[in-house]
Amino acid sequence: MKNLVRYIVTRTLLTIPMVLILLSIVFVVLRVMPGDPVSSMLGGHAPERVIEQKKEELGLNRPLAVQYVDYLWQVARLDLGDSMVFQQGVTDAIIEKMPATIELTFFAMIITLVVGVFLGAYAADHRREFRDSMIRLYGIVIYCIPVYWLGLMLQLIFGIWLDIFPIAGRTGSRILSSTFEQSGFYVIDTLRAGNYAAFGDVMHHLVLPAFTLGLTLSGIFVRLTRANMLDVLKADYIVAAEARGITHTKIVYRHALKNAMIPILTMMGLQVALLMAGAILTETTFSWPGMGRLLLERIYLRDYPTIQGVIIVYALFVAMVSLVVDIIYAMVDPRIRY
Amino acid sequence: MNYSPARALARIFAPAARMGKKYGVEWWILCAGACIIAAILFMALFPGTLAPFNPHQQDTGPQLASPGGAHLMGTDNLKRDVWSRIVYGSRTILGVSVLAALLSSLVGITLGLLSGYSGGILDRILSLIMDSVYVFPGLILAIAFAAMFGPGIINITLAVAVIYIPTYFRLVRGQTLAIKQELYVEAARAIGASGTTILWKYIFPNVIATTVVVFTLNVADAIMIEAALTYLGLGLPPSIVDWGMDLAMGKKYLPSGQWWLITFPGMMISLLALGFTMLGEGLAEILNPRLLER
Repeated sequence: MKNLVRYIVTRTLLTIPMVLILLSIVFVVLRVMPGDPVSSMLGGHAPERVIEQKKEELGLNRPLAVQYVDYLWQVARLDLGDSMVFQQGVTDAIIEKMPATIELTFFAMIITLVVGVFLGAYAADHRREFRDSMIRLYGIVIYCIPVYWLGLMLQLIFGIWLDIFPIAGRTGSRILSSTFEQSGFYVIDTLRAGNYAAFGDVMHHLVLPAFTLGLTLSGIFVRLTRANMLDVLKADYIVAAEARGITHTKIVYRHALKNAMIPILTMMGLQVALLMAGAILTETTFSWPGMGRLLLERIYLRDYPTIQGVIIVYALFVAMVSLVVDIIYAMVDPRIRY
Repeated sequence: MNYSPARALARIFAPAARMGKKYGVEWWILCAGACIIAAILFMALFPGTLAPFNPHQQDTGPQLASPGGAHLMGTDNLKRDVWSRIVYGSRTILGVSVLAALLSSLVGITLGLLSGYSGGILDRILSLIMDSVYVFPGLILAIAFAAMFGPGIINITLAVAVIYIPTYFRLVRGQTLAIKQELYVEAARAIGASGTTILWKYIFPNVIATTVVVFTLNVADAIMIEAALTYLGLGLPPSIVDWGMDLAMGKKYLPSGQWWLITFPGMMISLLALGFTMLGEGLAEILNPRLLER
């Protein structure tokens, strides 16, 4: 137990250099690299005087070291500055868009887990059979289908041809989000407001985006679950359970799967990066008003403070997830200590 | 024994079939992947033989014509031939993704070798930086780079290349650390071989085998990232023919049911990525069955 505490403390401290490095990379990419935010923002033909004035205003004329320290101090206060284009703080803009992204990724993750883990376990149970090969093929092929194309095809099939699911946005035009919106998590907000029609509509809009993102990532989990299950199914306690006369289904999906889940859950942490990247593309395809779309809209508008802010939030999030995953892993597996 | 074309064909493919018996399904996966890549490579090298129209030529037929007749994959809103654009577009995506993977492997392998071999403070710092970049979502990094660099073939190649450097670095550094302890390296050192000789002649040949597998899988990933960037409207000027940009353009016509504008470019991106993934998976199983499980 004392060892575990020491591990957690050390691991948390080690997150600091990681965050610093990530923040520095963002700084280097957005401020030091060639490409001048101010002149491109002003259209490239602005007179020198105007550009200089704007630079002075934004503090871009100060030495890089001063800018860097100032930038870190900004992040530490969680004040990400003001948008160059709109009269809005960057932090506010991000907070406004974040629930949509979290809602999408949460449901996508559930679909990934259910589809990936079940198919993987099923394939392992029927190892070297035709079904196994088909599931493995599914795993490889779905991994190679770009998430945005899968989204477009699902939109085409289920949205246009069959016309059973909406293809854009979080709510239909007849549902006013202002009647229930509180936290921004529409699934929770509609339920709390007791507006079940709106809840149904929100869920209806979630189906295609969540399946798009979820199915894309399920390939990795198929492979992972299958590999882990194959190892577990060889273990002595499985043979023992078999000998005790427990039904085969129960052994595979309850005993074995439970043991195979540990590495799978930690893999989930590593997939968060893929999930967020996929979310950006899914949001663009489905006009989903989340952080990814915010980032891209502001890139087109060349709103550098917002671009920087969104990327910082992603960086902080990644660092936090990797910390949490490592701690969970250490709790589960006592061999992992510093 | 008299000559027959069937027998001659059988003899040509006999070695492939023997390999198939030896390695089983993995060999056929590898072959299928290689065939897909070869077909698309042919497209990229000799587009003139396959494409009936110039990819930029407008007024090749009716506007938004559905597939069939003179237009194998239909036409777009500017009356351009979709199939011709697919054929010429293969050059962009193949060029960018292979070049990007080459670039990042060059940088990643070099840094990994140096870092693993020299150890010390350089190794610590490089590892920390590479680990941080590694956990960061590659696409977001590429988006940031592409947004800063502005559109252009070289720029998008660099943006894609940057995100794979840590993959090679981590792989090569780890192996270098292990190989450094081997007896034959110690023997080389004992007979007075210089650091460069040891790195280049003793360690490098031993790490290169696994990087081949990672390279093919990286190209597959780079293909999807390249297409993602251009789909998002970043990375390339509109004058270049590219599958991702065609997909983004076709997206506007999805609600009105012009399915061919999105189906074919997306299918080609998936197919190309699948080709490299299958090649990589096959190679991995045959060269080193445990590599991908780690």
